[in-house]
Amino acid sequence: MREGNLRTLKNRLVKFLAPPVILVTAIYVLAGCEGPTDVPPLPPQPRLRVATTTSLYDTGLWGYLEPMFERKYRVELDVIYAGSGRAIELGRRGDVDVVTVHDPALEDKFIADGYGVRRIPFAYNYFVIVGPPSDPAGIKGMSPEDAFSRLADGNGGSFVSRGDESGTHSMEKKIWANAGYNYEKVRKETGWYVEGGRGMGPTLMMTNEKRAYTLTDAGTFLAYKGKLELVPLVEKGDILLNVYSVIAVNPDKVPGVKSDLSARLVELMVSPETQKLIGNYGVKEYGRQLFTPFSGSEPKQVGDNE
Amino acid sequence: MNEIWQGLIKAVELIVSFDQEVMEIAGRSLVIAVTSLGLAALVCLPLGGLIHARQFRGKKTLVTLIQTLYSIPTVVIGLFVFLLLSRAGPLGGLNLLFTPTAMVIGQALLVAPILLGLTISALSGVDGLLPDTARSLGANGFQTSLVVLKEARFAVMAAVVLAFGRAISEVGVAIMVGGNILGYTRVMPTAISLETGKGDLALSMALGMILLFIALIINFGLNRIQQG
Repeated sequence: MREGNLRTLKNRLVKFLAPPVILVTAIYVLAGCEGPTDVPPLPPQPRLRVATTTSLYDTGLWGYLEPMFERKYRVELDVIYAGSGRAIELGRRGDVDVVTVHDPALEDKFIADGYGVRRIPFAYNYFVIVGPPSDPAGIKGMSPEDAFSRLADGNGGSFVSRGDESGTHSMEKKIWANAGYNYEKVRKETGWYVEGGRGMGPTLMMTNEKRAYTLTDAGTFLAYKGKLELVPLVEKGDILLNVYSVIAVNPDKVPGVKSDLSARLVELMVSPETQKLIGNYGVKEYGRQLFTPFSGSEPKQVGDNE
Repeated sequence: MNEIWQGLIKAVELIVSFDQEVMEIAGRSLVIAVTSLGLAALVCLPLGGLIHARQFRGKKTLVTLIQTLYSIPTVVIGLFVFLLLSRAGPLGGLNLLFTPTAMVIGQALLVAPILLGLTISALSGVDGLLPDTARSLGANGFQTSLVVLKEARFAVMAAVVLAFGRAISEVGVAIMVGGNILGYTRVMPTAISLETGKGDLALSMALGMILLFIALIINFGLNRIQQG
């Protein structure tokens, strides 16, 4: 009697466990066999981690550079996207080996504190203020500071802020300061000021849904342009220059980071070959370059590339 | 409306053509969720039985505490595991942050209270006379617990299914300690979150459908067992 009960229990357990087990196995096998190359579950290659600002991720640039680096150095590159602020924090904690960011003030501090080896600018574009084609606040052609003042007056347009301590968010704060506003007061404004708290791509999608204005880097905007009704309204002003740098985390200060591999990645970013790839990235798809490469001196103003 | 239809059609195409990326992400999600569930169940089901069987001081408080943790936000577990596994944290030397292993640890912690708490309530639902009867018929301790477990099996299964649902559908832990790395720690919920943000709705919808499909299969199986 008890034996029989046990057997039914066992049978039912088997019956219950069978479908998920079969499904998992089937999907795993299918997923494994589908690809042209069989990827072993535990690759023997070392892993290198890079934390990148969302604009370099959302534009697809990292997806484009990653396979090249992996092939060249036989390494698995783990690309983690985060705002520049968080990317640098991950570097400081030793959770990533390299960062690619665009927040010069934060970068200088990162290096001054000893966490970063050296700031190596590798590309730039510029920031633009985008908004609905009808431009209800009438900011078209203004300076960035005047445009922000106009939005703050509540002249019929809301503004979506990244609000995530990213490089773009830093730039937004800088423009508010230059325009004579206290950012901490601005961010508490309700009605016209919206803090999105997401990456560049999602912020653009959100701005589009709300028919609002936002500050974006030109590269991400170009890459998303096909999905958006937004148009560029403010693109003139030296403040709008947007420089991307690569910084290896300093193994002397943060033990355990992979300094050899990260040095190679930094080298690769400024190599003539990669610089050419960065310059050509998106030209075919979006009609113009998203990032202007440079491995020498830093440009001082917008329009140096034209 | 048009966008939704086009997305749906593309989503179905991605599924029926066994699109490599979609299948990889779905497979990885299943493997990570099942592993964390298995680990948590291995510890929590016997532990739940033990807590149920023993009488001790503070038992009620403990059960209340476990039940409170049912609703712990996934991001809180994510933050906790992040701080634990980050190189600057106490277990940083293991170098586990941003790996599937970290996700398994986080999800196991996430579902543990559910498994533990619901096992205790499942066993409490069994008639108190049953173990006594079993014992009087000559069953030893292990056989008695088997009889009780058999009586409570549907409720325990429901706990397991609920826990699985929480593990496979959560975003917080996966994104904070997994990092949503393409081809390594990207799972269905984090991929949906990323692709929707990018405006790529087809991939999101395909993964959403697979998630629903998995839930359907599991509940179908469960119902069959309960009826059969």
